[in-house]
Amino acid sequence: MACFLVPATEAIVVTIATQILIAQERKVLPRHEKPNDPEESDVEVKIPFSRKLRWLSNLLWGGSFLLAFEHVWHGEVVPWFPFLTAASDPADTAVMLHEMSTVGVTMAVLVTAVWAVMVLVSGAMMKKALRPVEVR
Amino acid sequence: MTLLTTVFAAIICTILWYKKAPNDEMKIGILCYLYWGASLMWLVDAAFEYAELHAAYFTPALEDMANDLYLGLSVVALGLVLWLVILLIKDPKGVVKASLRKKK
Repeated sequence: MACFLVPATEAIVVTIATQILIAQERKVLPRHEKPNDPEESDVEVKIPFSRKLRWLSNLLWGGSFLLAFEHVWHGEVVPWFPFLTAASDPADTAVMLHEMSTVGVTMAVLVTAVWAVMVLVSGAMMKKALRPVEVR
Repeated sequence: MTLLTTVFAAIICTILWYKKAPNDEMKIGILCYLYWGASLMWLVDAAFEYAELHAAYFTPALEDMANDLYLGLSVVALGLVLWLVILLIKDPKGVVKASLRKKK
């Protein structure tokens, strides 16, 4: 009914956090670890956390956008107030809120869990790639 | 069917992205995020539906399946349109700018 609103809200929060982190990293990190520096070489020593957070916000925005389209398709989202058809009837609103708290929250949790695995795997891969080669 | 269509789109886009990586001049990464994000969310939707319908979930009516396929293809098309708009605005190859500057 409106389950996509939960990951969409998370997407807004993560996007704001990413922007704050980018501003902080620009001040604190050494040149080679700064995000979005076109002057630097393509090879990064360490992936900045802001870039990793952007993976999460991209996943959340992408999924929420396509799910919102599905809701429009099914007539659950309309272009006039209150925008959600379930919001005009109290009984439907209760069902909608229940769906958001179950399906919506699980969606947000699954996407975040997949992102956490992506971060762990990419971190391990970077560590392996940067390990010095033994010379005999 | 919508989930299946989106998962296939996500897999194809990831293969295309991997072929050109780390160079992502065509911004295929955007499509990967769009389709994988939606696939994960529809997977949850499918899991909840399965918990409710059990085995009947796997034997949908032909009409429902056709409608879901139609929706899935529309979702893929919408994703491609969004990607195209972002690609033309960001213009990583500079071709749009070059065409606009061209006098003839």
